[in-house]
Amino acid sequence: MHPAPSIIFFTVFSGLGFGMLSFLGLGKPDVSGFTAFVFFAIAFAMAVGGLAASSLHLGNPQRALKAFTQWRSSWLSREACLAVAALATMGLYAIGVVFFDTRIAILGLLGSSLSILTVFATSMIYAQLKTVPRWNQWTTPVLFLLYAMTGGAFFTAQMWLMPWLFPLLTVVQIVAWVLGDRRFANAGHTLETATGLGRIGKVRMFEAPHSSDNYLTKEMVHIVGRKHVSTLRIIGLLSLTFLPWFAMVFLPFGHMLALAAALLHILGALTTRWLFFAQAEHTVGLYYGQR
Amino acid sequence: MTTLPQSTERKLGLVIDLDTCVGCHACVVSCKGWNTENYGAPLSDQNAYGKDPVGTFLNRVHSYEVTPDVGATQTVHFPKSCLHCEDAPCVTVCPTGASYKRVEDGIVLVNEKDCIGCGLCAWACPYGARELDAAEGVMKKCTLCVDRIYNENLPEEDREPACVRTCPANARHFGDFADPDSNVSQLVAERGGIDLMAEQGTKPVNKYLPPRPKDEAIDILAPLLAPIAEEPKGFLGWLDRTLEKL
Repeated sequence: MHPAPSIIFFTVFSGLGFGMLSFLGLGKPDVSGFTAFVFFAIAFAMAVGGLAASSLHLGNPQRALKAFTQWRSSWLSREACLAVAALATMGLYAIGVVFFDTRIAILGLLGSSLSILTVFATSMIYAQLKTVPRWNQWTTPVLFLLYAMTGGAFFTAQMWLMPWLFPLLTVVQIVAWVLGDRRFANAGHTLETATGLGRIGKVRMFEAPHSSDNYLTKEMVHIVGRKHVSTLRIIGLLSLTFLPWFAMVFLPFGHMLALAAALLHILGALTTRWLFFAQAEHTVGLYYGQR
Repeated sequence: MTTLPQSTERKLGLVIDLDTCVGCHACVVSCKGWNTENYGAPLSDQNAYGKDPVGTFLNRVHSYEVTPDVGATQTVHFPKSCLHCEDAPCVTVCPTGASYKRVEDGIVLVNEKDCIGCGLCAWACPYGARELDAAEGVMKKCTLCVDRIYNENLPEEDREPACVRTCPANARHFGDFADPDSNVSQLVAERGGIDLMAEQGTKPVNKYLPPRPKDEAIDILAPLLAPIAEEPKGFLGWLDRTLEKL
């Protein structure tokens, strides 16, 4: 799949933003006034910024309000509804905490749950697609939730959780890669099943329908850059979990180091999310003799 | 709107005969022509006369080479458009309700006024049947020429999809798969029509007729004719034998 910057930005930052909000809603950290304002501002900036980025890839963004209507059947619609509900609830909660030093626990709990559900809905947009076997497995929602939880805990300074979340995210990410690498072959989609010509013999593409690319090949048959996969996986994991963790455990942890570790974590998340898209193989590629 | 109907009254669709398709691309051209001039946003081209021309098409013809374990390789021309699946995954993913499957005839359509151009339906389609138009930003797909098949302003013989009407090899057939006596149902029964990528569970309405087996002995008269090239006799025979020994 084409790793569109708007989608990578959207999934990474909305995940981090809602991850932060899910902790802030539980009163972790228990702050108020200006400190709380800074925490909420960062969380809202990431969540809203991510959602705004997602609208950049729309062909007709002026009709985006219609995306709130089909929550009964569509994960994308559910995600839109949940995101707005989570932001509105957490907005009210934040006003209480920042300006009135009042924590309405029930409101925070609701906002926190909605934030987690939003991330789950985002993950299901991808996990539901049988056409992309690498995404169509249990690891996708678990991974998206863990990315949000880890980033959220890290950015809200929940240091007691990091010795659990960093290793867990690392392991699940590796499991997702290992399972994902076999997933297309295991699903059994081949050019033979795609054309129905398998009962005659082995099929190969003789001639593409046209001499140049088209929407389908540009959007869904992205094979450029896959050769650097192993390097990018290592770089991704190093900056996503290993280096921030190392800095936390072995270095004198101050504000500047925390900022550097946070930026490294974001860089790592962007790298692995790029791979999430660039490595995903869509069944339509078969018709074009590629995967 | 984005939930699928439990069942549809009719199941309109196409039968594509891979045995007779000659790969002329006439269906591609007539489809592009009709659907640019009629219903919905036109099918735009970008850089049509430049180095990398791209454009929106609802029907494209691929060509494949099939090599059996024994025997000669054959070339199969393979037109592909929306299969109007009974369990269409493109419909249920739509966040706005723009994509829908009609209860009355099973045609899968896009209401372009509601489409935000998110492209998720194209991702959900295993077959690559949907293309986002780069000029209009809305999703385009085969409408089964819904503006032809019910159009009483057209002569009756033209009330079928443009691709079917134009096919010079008669490789495309249009009809109702819900009716077991229809032309398409009978063709599928006679020729063993197949589903594309059945393991995706989309239950496509359109069916493909596989190429008929090639005859092994194509020339039925040859064995009855006397062979022309016989062993040379006389001087030529001597020359032939001598040259062989050298």
